[in-house]
Parts: sequence; C-alpha cells; structure tokens
Amino acid sequence: MKPDLTFVEQVSELSHQNVRRCYYCLRCSAGCPAAPFMEYTPAQILRLVQLGQKEVLLHSSAIWLCIGCETCGTRCPNEIHAGAVIDALRQLALAEKVPVGERTVWKLHEAFLDSIRHWGRLHELTMLMQYKLTSRDLFSDLDMGLAMFLRGKIHPLPQRIAGLEQIQRLFAMTGKDVEVE
Amino acid sequence: MSARYAFYPGCTLHSTGVEFGASTELVCQALGLELVEIPDWNCCGASSAHSVDYRLFLALPARNLAQAQAVGLEELAIPCAACFSRLAAADLALREDGAFRAEMEALLGFTYEGRVRPRNLLDIVANDVTAAALRAPVVQPLAGLKVVSYYGCLLIRPPQYTGQWDDPEHPQSMDQVVGLLGAEAVPWSYGIDCCGGSLTLNRSDVVVHLVDKLVRAAHEAGAEALVTACPMCMANVDGRQLYRGGSPWPRPAKPDYEPLPIFYFTELMALAYGLPMQKVLGRHLVDPRPLLGRLGLG
Repeated sequence: MKPDLTFVEQVSELSHQNVRRCYYCLRCSAGCPAAPFMEYTPAQILRLVQLGQKEVLLHSSAIWLCIGCETCGTRCPNEIHAGAVIDALRQLALAEKVPVGERTVWKLHEAFLDSIRHWGRLHELTMLMQYKLTSRDLFSDLDMGLAMFLRGKIHPLPQRIAGLEQIQRLFAMTGKDVEVE
Repeated sequence: MSARYAFYPGCTLHSTGVEFGASTELVCQALGLELVEIPDWNCCGASSAHSVDYRLFLALPARNLAQAQAVGLEELAIPCAACFSRLAAADLALREDGAFRAEMEALLGFTYEGRVRPRNLLDIVANDVTAAALRAPVVQPLAGLKVVSYYGCLLIRPPQYTGQWDDPEHPQSMDQVVGLLGAEAVPWSYGIDCCGGSLTLNRSDVVVHLVDKLVRAAHEAGAEALVTACPMCMANVDGRQLYRGGSPWPRPAKPDYEPLPIFYFTELMALAYGLPMQKVLGRHLVDPRPLLGRLGLG
C-alpha cells in the first residue's frame, strides 16, 4: 500500500514516543500477552508506522487488543512504549472515523468514559447496560454479573461527584464533550 | 507507629473490589496508618481514557492530584494498581510538562506544588512499615498456606511512572509481606504477567486464555492460592476461572484444573491479624473459606 511519509512523525508526536528508534529486536512482541491474538504484533506495528502504513494500521484489529500492560515499554532497549504508540493509533482511528477493528472493545471504552462524564466516577451497572445495548452483545456474562450483584459488588444507584463541571471541562478540552443532562 | 496519608480509594474499592476496600481499612487501622480520603475524587480514567485520548489520560488523574493537594499531606496512598499508575503518570506530566501544567492549573483552578507523592499501598506497607511492626499484630500465623504473589502489570510498570519502588521484572515486596504473616510465597515465573485487564467483557476469550495460564502455573508451583494487589487482576482471576464468557446457555466447558482462590494481600494481613474477615471473604467468586478451613485458619 502507498506509504504516508508523514505518518511516523504524526504518530511519534501524538504518542510522545520516538518510533524511528525501533531496530526490531522483538522484545516487545515476545512479552506481549495479546500478541497471539493480533494480526500484527507490537514490533510489526512499530515497523508499519515507520513504513507509513496508516490505512493498514488504523483499520486493524490489533490496535484494539493492546491491554496496556506496559511489558513492551518496560523492556524496550530504545525506550519506546509500544503501548503508547498503539494508544495514539486508536486515537487517530477514532479521529478519522474509520470502521473500528474491534467494535466491542471500543464500545466498552465509550461506555466507561460516558460513565465518568455523567457521574465523575465509574458506575458499573449503567456502564454495563450501555455497553450491552451499544455492542449488541446482550447475553454474555449475565451469570457472572448476577453473581457479583448478589455479593454486593455492583451498586444499583450511581453517585454524582460535586465537581462534575470540572470533569466536563476536561472532556471539552479534548474535543470529546457531549451534552450531559 | 502512627502515620497519616492522604487516601485515594478509586471506584472499585467500593464496588467490584469491595474486599480490598474493607480489608485495607481494617489493616491500616491495626497498623496505625491513618488514611484521610481526598474530597470529591473522580475516576482516574482506568484502562479507557489512555486508550482513546492522550490528554484525557493525564487530565482525569490530574484533578485528583489537585484534590489531594488540598488535604495538605505529602504522601497519597492508592491501593488500586491501575489508579496508582495513572496518578503517578499525571504527576510526572504536571512536573515535567510546563504547557500541560499551565493548562490544568487554568482548567481546574489550582496551583501545582508538586509536594504530593502518589504511592501504592503495597509500597507503603512493605517499605514504610518495619518488618517488626508488620509482624506485631499477628495472632494467627498463616502457617501451611502456600501462595504465589501475583503482581500483574501496573503496580510496577512502567518504571518511569511508578518510581521503581520494586523491581519491574522481579518484584519481591508482596512475597516479603506474605512471608512475615507466616504464609509461604512459593517461587513461580508468572508474577508479572498480565491477566487481560479490560478485555474481560468484550474479548473474554483472551482473558480466559491468560487466566488459565496463570492458574495452571500456580498449580504447577504447588500453590493453593494467588495473592494480588489489583482489583482488575482479582476480578479476572477470580471470575474467569468460573465464568468462561460467551453466552451462559449452554454453559461453556469448565477449566481442566481445580479453581484456586485469590486474595488481596490486605485480606491475608487481616486474617493473620485476627480481624473479622468471614463476611468479606464470602464475597469472592471462588470461595476461599474451604481452603482456610482445611488449614485451620478461621
């Protein structure tokens, strides 16, 4: 695919990581817990960034499977945090509105952040309800959810923090502000 | 001893990690560590903020640092590994990135003084409290209990944020604490491996794969339980041994191993200190009480 020659600069700036320094030693991929499930491992992702393969990466499923465990960043001899690079790729994929490679992963992040936007804290029950409806994954894990609810681990009602207006200001700063009723 | 810490509980300590919250309170009281909860704290952004927006990742925890500064104490105790990592990242950004600091100060109406240090609770217990003080309240040594210390990810990684209070590749603090309680922390090779974090609901196949690897390794090491300092690790290891994801009907196949209970390190401390834990332990999904009963630890 035709390379985007500015891509490596764009990603390096957004992620605060110098992606050009990767010399492909593969320590990141070797330690990555999600690598067996990714179509491109972390080292391949860094290489594809170097090669300007923007379209390939933004449409990939791999960028949504990074768990953020920081094993790669801790072990990289060039101090590149591949996790931060992947965060930046997700941010770009959302900004450019490409079809998300792992839709349910994004829908969970969205529901989680909406919970913070609405209450200032995470409220699991409303977050899970939003996730179930928007991901269209209605029935999985209902048994686990019920077990946790019965053990008092999921509260029925949310609590709103007093300084919610400040939280909304932080969301607005990122351009991700949405009306809060 | 007596010491005061500002305290950031984080969302899970009142909900899915309620056992961590309850046992932290009991144990800190027993050790004379006074925790002053910071007022009107907000969610740190957990796994989601950093996943989709770099500035939100740092801004949400930055507000908590502003709230903590108002408490007037210099050390901020944070039990949850993920909250700790996020607040430490935000503190580093406020310290080193002048533009970000100015933006946060304007948006949140505070002046960053840089005198509140985010600390993980395990760091405080292992490094601020002496071994003698940790051992003194023990009335029921956990003799015969073989565990593996499961540190996971964000407690010690990345070292740039966490400040290297323990070795990021070979951490030992939890092994030491557990040893002082009379339990045996057996060596294993999976102490810093990831549990799958927030993929648990949407890619439960990944989390089941990772949890199975951990529990099989714990069995192989001869352990009867895992010990953690992270509510996400607890939720995944505790839950995914029993609930395998996907549709509940028909029930997915059970794992090919005996499920192992997993404890917060604070729960083991509370048990050894003879503090009331029956109700708290009853909230686990893999019930740890039969194991404790077998070992005569009530």
